[in-house]
Amino acid sequence: MEDYSGIGLKVGLEIHRQLDTKKKLFCECPTEEVGDGEGIEFVRRLREVQSELGTIDAAAKFESRKQKTIVYHANLKNVCMVEMDEEPPHNLNPEALDVALIVTLLVDAEPVDEIHVMRKIVIDGSNTTGFQRTCIVGIGGRIEVKNKIIPIQTITLEEDAARIIEVRKDEVHYDLSRLGIPLIEVSTGPVIESPEEAMEVAYAIGRILRATGKVKRGIGTVRQDLNVSIKGGAPVEIKGVQELELVQKVVENEVKRQLHLLRIKEELLKRGVKKEDILNAKPVDVTRVFSKTSSKIIRRQLEVGGVVYAIALKGFAGLLGLQPLPGIRFGAEIAGRVRAWSEVEGIFHTDELPGYGITLEEVKALKDVTGAGESDAIVIVAAERDKTLDAMDVIKERAAEALDGVPEETRAARPDGTTVYMRPRPGSARMYPETDIPPIIISREYIERLKMRLPPTLDSIAQKLVEKYGLSKQLANDIVDSDMVEDFEDIVSKTGAPYTVVASTLTELLRSLRRDGVNVERITKAHITRFFELVSSGKVAKEAARDVLAAVAQKGQDVDRIVDELGLWSPPVSEVENRIRTLVKEHEKEISADEKRAIAKLMGELMKEYRGKVDGALLNSMLVKTIQTLKSKDV
Amino acid sequence: MDTSGLQGYSGTTKELLERENVRIGDEIEVISNGKRYRGILMARYELSDPNYITLKLHNGYNIGIRVTKGVRVFKISAGVKPAFVRPPKPQILSDLPSVIIVSTGGTIASRVEYRTGAVRPALNADDLLAIVPELAGIARIDTEILYNVWSENIQVQHWIGMAEAVDRLIRKNVDGVVLTHGTDTMGYTAAALSFALQKPPVPVVLVGAQRSSDRPSSDATTNLIAAVATAAKAPFGEVVVAMHKWHSDDVIALHRGTRVVKLHTSSRDAFHSVNSRPIAYYQHGELRVIADDLNPRGSNEYICKPKFDARAFLIKFFPSMKPDILNILADIGIKGFVIEGTGLGHVSSNWVPVIKELTEIGVFVGMTSQCKFGRVNMNVYDSGRDLLRAGVVPLDDMLAEVALVKLMWILGNFGDRAELEDIKELMLMNVAGEIRSRTLPNVGG
Repeated sequence: MEDYSGIGLKVGLEIHRQLDTKKKLFCECPTEEVGDGEGIEFVRRLREVQSELGTIDAAAKFESRKQKTIVYHANLKNVCMVEMDEEPPHNLNPEALDVALIVTLLVDAEPVDEIHVMRKIVIDGSNTTGFQRTCIVGIGGRIEVKNKIIPIQTITLEEDAARIIEVRKDEVHYDLSRLGIPLIEVSTGPVIESPEEAMEVAYAIGRILRATGKVKRGIGTVRQDLNVSIKGGAPVEIKGVQELELVQKVVENEVKRQLHLLRIKEELLKRGVKKEDILNAKPVDVTRVFSKTSSKIIRRQLEVGGVVYAIALKGFAGLLGLQPLPGIRFGAEIAGRVRAWSEVEGIFHTDELPGYGITLEEVKALKDVTGAGESDAIVIVAAERDKTLDAMDVIKERAAEALDGVPEETRAARPDGTTVYMRPRPGSARMYPETDIPPIIISREYIERLKMRLPPTLDSIAQKLVEKYGLSKQLANDIVDSDMVEDFEDIVSKTGAPYTVVASTLTELLRSLRRDGVNVERITKAHITRFFELVSSGKVAKEAARDVLAAVAQKGQDVDRIVDELGLWSPPVSEVENRIRTLVKEHEKEISADEKRAIAKLMGELMKEYRGKVDGALLNSMLVKTIQTLKSKDV
Repeated sequence: MDTSGLQGYSGTTKELLERENVRIGDEIEVISNGKRYRGILMARYELSDPNYITLKLHNGYNIGIRVTKGVRVFKISAGVKPAFVRPPKPQILSDLPSVIIVSTGGTIASRVEYRTGAVRPALNADDLLAIVPELAGIARIDTEILYNVWSENIQVQHWIGMAEAVDRLIRKNVDGVVLTHGTDTMGYTAAALSFALQKPPVPVVLVGAQRSSDRPSSDATTNLIAAVATAAKAPFGEVVVAMHKWHSDDVIALHRGTRVVKLHTSSRDAFHSVNSRPIAYYQHGELRVIADDLNPRGSNEYICKPKFDARAFLIKFFPSMKPDILNILADIGIKGFVIEGTGLGHVSSNWVPVIKELTEIGVFVGMTSQCKFGRVNMNVYDSGRDLLRAGVVPLDDMLAEVALVKLMWILGNFGDRAELEDIKELMLMNVAGEIRSRTLPNVGG
């Protein structure tokens, strides 16, 4: 466990979430994906519009260097000429604006008096226009999480980007269906001080957004970006954390990565390595060394006319392979950077060699040719000549940055909670006004009207469930977080089934079934309602819930038929009463000797017979009652 | 030109800013409702609400702040004018053809100043080459700024000016001319230049953009590259329009100047050839010529007749339209009409006597079709035959807009001495591929 306050951890969050509006942000296309529309494909190229300042933004330069032909796929049920960039944007969607302003008010932020839609340059192809339309709707709010005030910097409304579907050598393919779906972004100040707190704040913001009732749920609808820095490090932006649960892990990993980089810096300084040593190193053509190599990757490159280059990194011996944790390794930093810039596959360093088919003799030869000493490391790249030389530059640059410790950069989150280099951090935002959309005045009257109809917070909804149905606070929150409030109230009012049982069925039971691999999507509200109707009328025991619902999901049949097949109908009460009476009579002696023990034994027998068919508590009370009756007769 | 340094601001807002000695581009702090906002003061659009200040925040976003009584403004620091650093100029290869890019309006290449959002057009050759370096590999480029007019404000005198400018360049032995033009009326200009510059020895290429050049997705550069390549290398001397064939940035169509019309308000493929196919396509750096009746490059049949008379009129007929409008227009000096009739070339029968009166006093009346595609034929129905007897001239497969421009050109060149019969004869004579006797099926393009 790291001492997060000791290392000065500071995290800021940007929570992005798709809005569940009827239409997209700047056109009338539906935001729900319609699968079977007529499709067209078209080809585009984007080019960076030169800045008046003439300076070249690192992130933009990076994108333009990677420029490929862009192929767009448009499903005409979800895409019109606006997403194709063949028609100017329509007016800002008022439904989306309402939601963004409501969120602004819910986090105590100030609505902007006059909204200006901006163009944020993005030329990787994810926007057909080459920019993302975005606007600030609210500024400067606050939320409280565990008695700490978390400042909210901005609430923005923007268009979601196109979804990448395929990357080929010279082409990148995008599907346009998602382009233009409204996204809300809530960003916090960098005041979060632990990975756990980062997750709590993300959760709290998620609950505020969901209170609007107008956000989408499910895969790909939420994206969390994190800004993470520690003392002595630099701000690193991590993009695209999709799962809430991953926020904590990503922050933990990033802290470990930055600490590792700081340790490497320290070690390099101790070894007396200077930046110039790295920057002045000359790449050497070592293709000859590998003319008879048994490394498959290198051989494949050489067969198609590729070359192998090597560069010696002074004082790096042992540091590239040093891996305090899986995935955190300076060698991976270099490889990640190289792959992002020039897409080469064959990259190795001497800390991992001999290996990968590369022999000790080849490693020795590398040391001879490059003149690397015992304390130096060598990185080699096998690819086309141009790409190899590019890669050599990137390696030098990244290795030299090791002496600064943590480089400022943008990284992408991976599903396992590690991150990978994505691109340099953009400089001052490249934004200019979207002249196709006039500024939008937000009148005081409009804000007052919205204030009158602010939705209740999820906390207050959960509190109501506690009060009205006597649910535990945890169960009530669970119902709220699973978006089951409406279903819950509906089912209990229709069936009169016990509240807590219905609530835990809708939450814990469904979750547990899903964990066990049951396809719970096939269980409908009608199935659950019917089941509890049967429970309420005493025809099925509530204990049968798991078996019945699992079978419903598996077989897709209706509840009554499943209960039939599983033989789970409760026997008639008279039958159970008779059975109990017989049992009690048979054990009269034992009962009078030790009533408690006898009851336990008889309950065991009854449960054996009626498990899943008759409610256990009911059996118990029937048994006790029968014994009482018997005893009263004795008197 | 606003010299106050507070462009777009007026009334009390402007007074407030002036009192604090603040100019656009300055870093300021605004306090409103107890909240502080820091950023750069931005210009406002003339027609936007005067009671707001536009501020660019440090994160690059603009917001508008309402100016009410309590609002206070402080100047933090004066703005710094950005110094533009031009990227290195590509090397000019002397053995390439020479192409002049004549600018008439709109911006085919721009720089954006991200700090203020200002868009500055690249007007001289060096700027243009810096922004579209590909051009240096195609031709020796020079530029000339002729006009800076919105395309909807183009008048016949601009056509005359453009024709004279191109004529001058042709006489200077350039290898090709490119004219950048706003797209709205580019079809009309293309027709006008086709008549004014007949059988030119080099290509004359009009080019525009449907997405402005300050956007990364602008079609301006792909169109311009195709236009310059056509001007430099095409084997023909024709007036053509270079614009996207479809939604993709790959194929650029070269349309004959007398056959092209803008058929879409916003799409990249707005321009289409009507009653004809494009004469060539430009793709992957190659020009593929498909028409075979072209004036070859270097032909010596070039004629320049750069005169136009605007006293012609285009009338679109619609149900229940009264014919009196013709008399009214003739009374104010209109000397010829092109009617966009229905179907094969018809108007309501109550127009017949009015038209007869006009043709009898020497006013030209020609018939085209609002169907756009196809040829008029006034012999099929009685109504057509009645119009023919009244003196209407059926204009075959000519586009209505092109017929109008041609009539202006005839009036300009043969003007007051022209007899009605001469005008008729010229209108029906093929001058620049605008009228043909064979109609082919529409096979795309």
